[in-house]
Amino acid sequence: MHIEHLLTFVTLGPAAGALILTLIPGRLERIQRWAALLISLVEFALSTLLWVNFNPDVAGFQLQTAKIPWIPQLGISYHLGIDGISLLLVLLTTLLIPVVILASWHSISEHVKAFHMSLLMLTTAMIGAFLALDVFLFYIFWELMLIPMYFIIGVWGGPRRIYAAVKFFIYTMVGSVLMLVGILYLAWFSHAQSHVWSFAYSDLLRAGHQLPMGHSFFSSPQMLVFAAFALAFAIKVPMFPFHTWLPDAHTEAPTGGSIILAGVLLKLGTYGFLRYNRVLFPAAWHAFVPLILTLAVIGILYGAWVALVQPDMKRLVAYSSVSHLGFVMLGLAAGTIASTQGAVLQMVNHGLSTGALFLLVGVLYERRHTRMIADFGGIAKVVPVYTGLFLLVTLSSIGLPGLNGFVGEFLILAGTWHRYPVAAILAAFGLIFGAIYMLWMVQRVFWNPFAHKENVSLKDVNLREVLAVAPLIIFIVWIGVHPTTFLSPMEAAVRSLLMH
Amino acid sequence: MLGSLWIIPLLPLTGFVLNLLLGWLKARKSVVNVVGIGSVGLATIATYWAIIDYLGQPAKVVVEHYFTWISAGKITVNAAFQFDPLTVVMVAFVTFVGFLIHVYSIGYMHGESDTSYARFFAYLNLFMFSMLILVFGSSLPLMFVGWEGVGLCSYLLIGFYFDDEYCAASGKKAFIANRVGDVGFLLGIFATFAIFGSADFTTFLPAAAAHPQQYAGWATAIGLLLFVGAVGKSAQIPLYVWLPDAMAGPTPVSALIHAATMVTAGVYMVVRCNVIYRIGPAALLVVAIVGGITALYAATIGMAQNDIKKVLAYSTISQLGYMFLGAGVGAFSAAIFHVVTHAFFKALLFLGAGSVIHACSGNQDMRTMGGLKKIMPTTYWTFMAATLAISGIFPFAGFFSKDEILGKTFAAGASNLNGFGWVYYILWFLGIAAAFITAFYMFRLVYMTFHGEFRGTEEEKHHLHESPWTMTLPLQVLGVLSIVGGLIGIPKLMTGHASWNLIEHFLDPVVIPLGGGHAGEMAAEISHHAVSPGVEWLLLLISLSIAISGILVARSFYYGERAFEKPRQFAERYPLLYKLVLNKYYVDEIYGAVVIQPLYRIFRFCWKAIDAVIIDGILVNGSAFMTELTGDILRFLQTGNVRNYALSVAMGVLLLIVILW
Repeated sequence: MHIEHLLTFVTLGPAAGALILTLIPGRLERIQRWAALLISLVEFALSTLLWVNFNPDVAGFQLQTAKIPWIPQLGISYHLGIDGISLLLVLLTTLLIPVVILASWHSISEHVKAFHMSLLMLTTAMIGAFLALDVFLFYIFWELMLIPMYFIIGVWGGPRRIYAAVKFFIYTMVGSVLMLVGILYLAWFSHAQSHVWSFAYSDLLRAGHQLPMGHSFFSSPQMLVFAAFALAFAIKVPMFPFHTWLPDAHTEAPTGGSIILAGVLLKLGTYGFLRYNRVLFPAAWHAFVPLILTLAVIGILYGAWVALVQPDMKRLVAYSSVSHLGFVMLGLAAGTIASTQGAVLQMVNHGLSTGALFLLVGVLYERRHTRMIADFGGIAKVVPVYTGLFLLVTLSSIGLPGLNGFVGEFLILAGTWHRYPVAAILAAFGLIFGAIYMLWMVQRVFWNPFAHKENVSLKDVNLREVLAVAPLIIFIVWIGVHPTTFLSPMEAAVRSLLMH
Repeated sequence: MLGSLWIIPLLPLTGFVLNLLLGWLKARKSVVNVVGIGSVGLATIATYWAIIDYLGQPAKVVVEHYFTWISAGKITVNAAFQFDPLTVVMVAFVTFVGFLIHVYSIGYMHGESDTSYARFFAYLNLFMFSMLILVFGSSLPLMFVGWEGVGLCSYLLIGFYFDDEYCAASGKKAFIANRVGDVGFLLGIFATFAIFGSADFTTFLPAAAAHPQQYAGWATAIGLLLFVGAVGKSAQIPLYVWLPDAMAGPTPVSALIHAATMVTAGVYMVVRCNVIYRIGPAALLVVAIVGGITALYAATIGMAQNDIKKVLAYSTISQLGYMFLGAGVGAFSAAIFHVVTHAFFKALLFLGAGSVIHACSGNQDMRTMGGLKKIMPTTYWTFMAATLAISGIFPFAGFFSKDEILGKTFAAGASNLNGFGWVYYILWFLGIAAAFITAFYMFRLVYMTFHGEFRGTEEEKHHLHESPWTMTLPLQVLGVLSIVGGLIGIPKLMTGHASWNLIEHFLDPVVIPLGGGHAGEMAAEISHHAVSPGVEWLLLLISLSIAISGILVARSFYYGERAFEKPRQFAERYPLLYKLVLNKYYVDEIYGAVVIQPLYRIFRFCWKAIDAVIIDGILVNGSAFMTELTGDILRFLQTGNVRNYALSVAMGVLLLIVILW
C-alpha cells in the first residue's frame, strides 16, 4: 500500500466494511457482530499507522492523498490530509468504534446488521469530515453524519426516540444549511478574486482572509459568513443556548449512540470552530471572541448547574457535556498556545471520559432498565468492580490530577488566564460544581444504605464490558500521567494555526 | 537513596494496586498486612536512608528531574522531586507516623471482612503515596497533584462505611469543601505562571525574593489565592466545616489524615512559599488573622462537645490555627515545629481515643464513659502525655512549639511588623485565650473519659479491655515523642545558644533572604531585639500559668465528688450561650439556609424555567410550532380547485393593472 493512500483507506475503510456486512445473511447476527468488531479493529490498526507515519515537526497537512477532481467544473475535488489536531481526533474515533460495538453486543438485538452498517457509515463520515481538505467534501461528510445518526437514535432508541431523532436532525440541519450558504458565498468570492472555481481549503482560506470586514455586522461579509459557519458548529458543540437537542438525543439514543455522539460528533463542532472559523476568518474571529468567551463561561456554569438537579443519570451526563465543552470553547476563544492545546486535548479527554460514563450508565440500564438515580443506592456492595470503574471515570471527569481531565482543564485555564483572567476565574468555579454533581450522583447511586430490593441480584461487570471500557481507562491514565505523548504531535499544528 | 527518590512514593503506590487486587481475590488479612504495612515500612526506611544521604552532602536543595509532565506554550510542568530541609522535616514525620498508624490499624480494623480490610489498606497506601507527592513535588502544580490526591483518599476513607448515609455525605462534603479551596489554589498557580513564567519552587521563589518591591502586588494576590487552598485543606474559617464531619471515618484515618499529616499541608504550603507571603504583607496578615481567630473559635466549640472525636476534631482545627498564626507572623520554622509536635501528640490523642472507642464497643459519647483509667492504663498514661503536650505544659512537646508561636506573635506586635503591630497584639491575646480553653477542654475530656465511675451499660462494662499490642505499641512510641519531641526546638532564651534550637537552625535555608533593599520604614521581619529576655520569660510564665489554670478549672468542673455540677449550673444560667456553643454556632445550618438551599433553587429554576420552558419550549419547539402553523394556514390557499386559482390570477392581473396605471 502506498503511503498516500493511507488516509483514503482509513476514511473509506469502514464504509467498505459496511458493504461487506450486507453480504452476511440477516439472521446470522453473531457473525455480523464479530465481523463488525473485526472491521473496527482493523480500522483501529490502520489508524495507528497514521501515528507511526506522522511527522510531529511538520505544521501543515501531511500524508495528503492525491487531489482527484470530482466536479471539475466547480473546482471540487477529493482531497484528504491530516495534521496533529485531526490526528488525535481520528484516533479517538477509531478507538471508540470497537468500544461502541462491544457496548452494543446485547443491548442492540433488532436489525443488528443495519445498526452496524449505520455505525460504520457514520465512522467514514466523521473521519472524512476531520480529514477533508476540500470544503465542499467536508460539507458532504458533515451532512453524511446526520443520516446514520438519525437512524441510530430513531430506530434503536428509547420510548421518545422519534421526537429526539427529528429534533436532532432538524436542529442540526438548520445550522448546516446556513453553513452551505456560507461555503457557496466564500467560493463565489474566491472565484471573483481569482477567476478560478475552487473549494480547496487552501484557496478558501485565502478568500476568507480577504473577505471585507465592513462597519457593522450586517454590512460585513466576513462576519456574516463567519456567523453562518459558527451557527452550524455552535449547534453541534452544543454551545449555550443551542444545547437543548443534546439531552433529548442522549437520553433516547442507545448506549452506543450516546458514546459516539458525545465522543466524536460533538467534537466536530469544536473542531469546526478551530479549523474553519478561527483560520478562515481571523478578523471576524477576533470580533466574536468576547461573545464566544461569554457563551463558553455560561455553558460551563449553566451546564453544571442544570446537571446538578437531573434525576436521570444519562441526562446528567448529557448536561455535563455542555459544561465540559464549554471548557473546550473557552480554550479556543482564549487563543493562547497553551489554552488551544489544552482545548484539543480536552476534546479527546471528553470523548474518553464521557464515552466511558455513557458506557457504564448503559451497563446499569441493561440490567435494571432504569437510569433514574432514585432507583439505586448502596449498590457498591453488590457490584464492587463496576463501582471502582465508575469511580475512576468520575474522577477523570471531575479533573483529578493524574488522570486525563486535569491536564486539559489545567492548560485551558492557565492559558486563558494569560489573556482573560476574569473568564478563567469564572470558569474555574465550574470545577467546584463539576465535583458536586458527579459526587452527589455517585453517593446516591453507589453509597448510602441499600435502598431497593430489585438491586440485590445486580450482576457485576462481565468480561465483555471490562474489555469495552478498558481501552478508555488505559488512555484516561496515560494522558493523565504522560500527556506529552499527545501534546507534542499537535504542537506544531496549533502553533501554525494560531499564526492566522 | 538520594538520586532515586521516586522509589519512595512508588512503594505505597504499589501497595495500593496490590491491595486492590488482594481485595478482589478476597485474600487473607495477613497477606494484606504484609503488602500494606510492608510497603509503607520500606518507604519509611528509604526515606530515612535518603535523609542520611542528604545530610552527608553539601547541597542545600536537591532537585531530581524525571520527565516533562505537561508542556504547552508558556506552561511547563516537570515531574521532579525536591529535597531540602523543609522536605526532610515533613517526610521524616509523615512516613514514620504514617507507618505507626498503619501498624495500629491492624488491631483497630481486625473486625472488618477480608475485602473491606484490603480496601482500607489500599486507600491508606494511596494516601501515603499522595502525601509523599505533595511533599516531594518541586513545583506548585506537582504539589497540587498530591494535594488533590490526599483529598481523594480523605473522601474515600471518610466514606469508608459507605452504606451509612452520614459517612457517605461527610466524605462528599469534605471533597467539595476542599474543592472550593483548590480552585483558589489553582488560580494562584495560574497567576504564578503568568507573572513568573514558572511555578517551580527553585525558579519563582528566588525570582520573587530578588525583587520584592516589583512583585509585591502580585505576591499579595498569589499569596491570598494559594491561601484559599490552605483554608480548605487545613480546615480554617470559613471552610473548616468538613473536618468535624470527617470524624465519620475510622479512627486511624482521623489520626493519620485529619490530624497528623494531610490537614497540615496548608501550613507546609505557606511555609514553602514563604517568600511570596513575606513580600506581600497583606497576605501574611490575612494568614495570621485567619489562624488566630480560628484557633480561638474552634477551641470554644471544643468545650461543649460530647463526642470524644468531635472534641479532638475542633482541637485540630484550633491547633492548625496556631500554626497559621505562627506562619502569619513570619515565624515559619515555629509553624513547622508545631506541625511536627502536633503530629505526635494529636495522632496519639486520636489513636488513644480509638483505643477507648474500641473498648467501649464503638461508643464515642463521653457522657457514657468514665473510669477507664483502671482498665486501660497504657492508653491512659500515653493519652495523658499527649494531653499535657497539647495543653502546653513544660517540658512536653507542645509547650515549646506553642510557646514559640505565641512569643513570636507578641514579638511581631512589639516590632510593629509591616505596620500592623496592634493587630498582632490582639492576635497574641486570642492565642493566649485559646491556650486556656485548650487546656480546659482537653482535661474535661480526660476527666470525663478516664476518671470517675463508668457510666455506660453493664454489657458495655463487661466488654471493656485494654487494646492489643499492635495498638498500644504505637501509643507508647508516640507517647515518648510527645514528651521529648519538643527538645528539637529549645528556645535560645533557655540555653543562651541559638544553635540549640535545632529545628529553627535546620530550617534556616528555607527562608530565602529578600534582596533589592526592602525599602520603607516598616519592619518586614520580626526584630530579634524587640522583646527583651525579661519580657520573654514573663510571656513564657503567662502561657504556662494560663494552661495550668485551664486545667484547674476543668478539674473543678469535671473531677471528684461534685463532677458535672458546675457545668450544669452554667448551662442553666446561660442557656442561650450554652446552646449556641453546643450547636457549633449553627454554622452548618446557616450554610445550608444561606448557600446550599438558595443555590439549589436557582439550579432547579435554570432547568425547569430557563431550559425547559424558555429555550426548549418557546424558542426551539416554538419555532417548530410556528413553522407548522404557517403551513397550516397557507394550506387553505392550496385548495386544488382550478376556479380558485383562476380567480387569483385574475385578481392579480387586475391589481397589476391598477398599480401600473
